[in-house]
Amino acid sequence: MSELTLMLIRFGYLAVLWIFVLSAISVIRSDMFGARVARQEADKRPKRGKAKATRPRRGDPTNVSILEGANRGEIISLEQAPLLIGRGTDAAIRLDDDYVSTRHARIARSDTQWYVEDLGSTNGTYVGTSRITQPTAISLGTQIRIGKTILELRK
Amino acid sequence: MSGTGAFMGFVHRRRGGAELFLLVLALAVGVGAYIAVGLGRDGTVPANTVAYAAWLAGLVIAAHVAIRLSAPYADPVLLPVVSALNGLGLAMIHRIDLAQGSSLATSQLTWTTLGVALFIAVLVLLRDHRRLQAFTYTSGLAAVVLLLLPLVPGLGKNINGARIWIHLFGFSFQPGEVAKVLLVIAFAGYLVVHRDALALAGRRLLFIDFPRGRDLGPILGMWLISLGVLVFQNDLGTSLLYFGLFVVMLYVATERPGWLVVGGGLFAAGAVFGYLALGHVQTRVADWIDPFPHNGEGPSQLVSGLYGMGWGGLTGRGLGQGSPYLTPLSWSDFIFSSIGEELGLTGAMAVIILYGLIVERSLRTALVCRDGFGKLVAAGLGVVFALQVFVVIGGVTRLIPLTGLTTPFLSHGGSSLVANWAIIGLLLRISDHARRPPPELLPGDGDVDKTQVVSLR
Repeated sequence: MSELTLMLIRFGYLAVLWIFVLSAISVIRSDMFGARVARQEADKRPKRGKAKATRPRRGDPTNVSILEGANRGEIISLEQAPLLIGRGTDAAIRLDDDYVSTRHARIARSDTQWYVEDLGSTNGTYVGTSRITQPTAISLGTQIRIGKTILELRK
Repeated sequence: MSGTGAFMGFVHRRRGGAELFLLVLALAVGVGAYIAVGLGRDGTVPANTVAYAAWLAGLVIAAHVAIRLSAPYADPVLLPVVSALNGLGLAMIHRIDLAQGSSLATSQLTWTTLGVALFIAVLVLLRDHRRLQAFTYTSGLAAVVLLLLPLVPGLGKNINGARIWIHLFGFSFQPGEVAKVLLVIAFAGYLVVHRDALALAGRRLLFIDFPRGRDLGPILGMWLISLGVLVFQNDLGTSLLYFGLFVVMLYVATERPGWLVVGGGLFAAGAVFGYLALGHVQTRVADWIDPFPHNGEGPSQLVSGLYGMGWGGLTGRGLGQGSPYLTPLSWSDFIFSSIGEELGLTGAMAVIILYGLIVERSLRTALVCRDGFGKLVAAGLGVVFALQVFVVIGGVTRLIPLTGLTTPFLSHGGSSLVANWAIIGLLLRISDHARRPPPELLPGDGDVDKTQVVSLR
C-alpha cells in the first residue's frame, strides 16, 4: 500500500469523524432553534416575556380561594406564584388542617396554564376525585382537595 | 430549579429520522475505523468486515427500534454519539489486539452486546423514570453494599493496587460502576424531597446558609460511607468522582453557590490529607510533577503515552500505523493517548467534543424536564460523565495527577461499558418524558365538573 493511499485513508477517516461530529451538532442546532411550533399553539399562547409584560388577560385566574375547611373564605392572590401549600411556616397558603403535610403541594404556572403538583404529601392531593401523581393542569373552578380543605382558582 | 416553570417556548418533535441519519454516520465511524486499521496495518480490508459491520448495525438498529417504539420523543443525538464512541473504542482495542496477539476486542464486543441489551431493557421496562424515586433509600443502600463487596475476602480481587473488583464465576466485575448510577438515583430522590428544607431552613454563617443537621444527615452519611470505602480500596479516581457528583447535585438542588465553596474547601482539605497520609497519592503526585524516570529504567506509562500523542501530532500516524501498544494499559486507561497517537489532535478533539455533546444533551434534558427528580437525575448523570472524562483525559494528558478511571465507552472493561449503556438508557427515558408536548387542558369551561387528570405519557 503506497504512502499516498495511506495518507488518503488517514485524512478520509478524520473527515468521516468530523462529518459525524458536525452533523450531530447541526441536529442539535435544528432542535434548539428550528423546532416547529405547532401553529395554533403559537397563536394561542403568547411568548413568555410578552405575557409577563402585558396585563393578565380577562378570564385568567387571579387568586385562589378556599371553599371548605378551617381556613374557609380566605383568598390568596396568585401574583406570588408559585405558591406553596402546606402546614409549615414557609407555605404561602398556610392551612390549619391536621390532614395537610408541612409542604403539601405547589401551584405553579407555565405560560398561561396553571398546574398543581403534589410534593410527596402523606394524604395526597386530589383534583376532582382522583389523587394526582404528577403536575396536573387546572383551570378556573377546578376543585383541588387537600386534606379537609378544598381550594379553587378564581378570577 | 424552578419546578414547572421551565417549559420551553416550542414543541419538540419526534426526531427518529435525524437519529437514523446520525446512526448511519456513527456506523461509518465505527466500521470505517475497523477497515482503516486493517488497511493501515496489513494493507487489506479485514476478511470479516461484513460480519463485523452487520453485527454492529444489528445492535444499533435494535437500539433505534427500541427508542422509536418506547421513547419516540427522546433525544436524537445521544444514541448516535455513544455508538460512534463505542465503535471507535472497539476498533482501537482490536488494533492493539493485533499488535499483542490478545483477544480483548472479542470480549469488548460481547460486553457491548450486553450493554445494548441492558439499554433496551431499561427503555422497555422502565416506562416512567419517576418510579425510581420510590427506591431512593434502597438504591442508596444497594450502592453502599456494592461498594463494600470487593472488601469481602475471597470475593474481592486486588488488580493494579486497587481493590475494586469482584470475581465471580470466572468473571471480573467492578461494582463501583453500577454503584455510581444507584448513587445518582439515591441523591436525586433524597434531594428532591428535601431541597426546600436544605435551601431555606438553617442558619447563615459566613455568607453561606448551612442547613440543619437532620436534613443533611442521611445524605452526608451515605457519602461518607462510600468515600471511606473508596479510600480504603485505594481507588481515588472514583472517590473524586463521587465527591464531585455529591457537591454538584447539592448545588443544583438547592441553587446555593455556597455549596461549591464548601465543596471546594472540603476537596482541598481532603487532597492535603490524602497527600500526607497515603503513600499511593504521593507517588501519583510525584509522577505527575516529574514523570520522567531518572534511574535508567524505561519510560513510565505516562511518559510513553505523552510521547505517543506527541508523535501523533496534528493528524496522527493513521489507524494501524502508530505504536500505541508500547504503552502499558493502552487498551483501557490509556486508550485516549492511543487515539491521540493514531488520529492526532484532530481525532482527539473530535472525541472530546463527542463527550461534550453527551454532557450537553443530559444537562439540556435536565433543563427541559418538568419534574424535579428527573431534573436531578439527568443533571447528575451528565455530571458523572463530565467528571469522569475530565479525570481520565486530564490524567492521561498530564493536566492533573493520573488516577484510574475508565474512559466511558472507549476503554476496555465490561462493567463500565454496561453501566454506561444503562445510563444512556435512563437519560433517553427522562429526555423522552421531558420532550413530550405538555398536556393541554381543553379551554372550554363547560366541563368544569368533570375534572380531568391529564396523563403526561
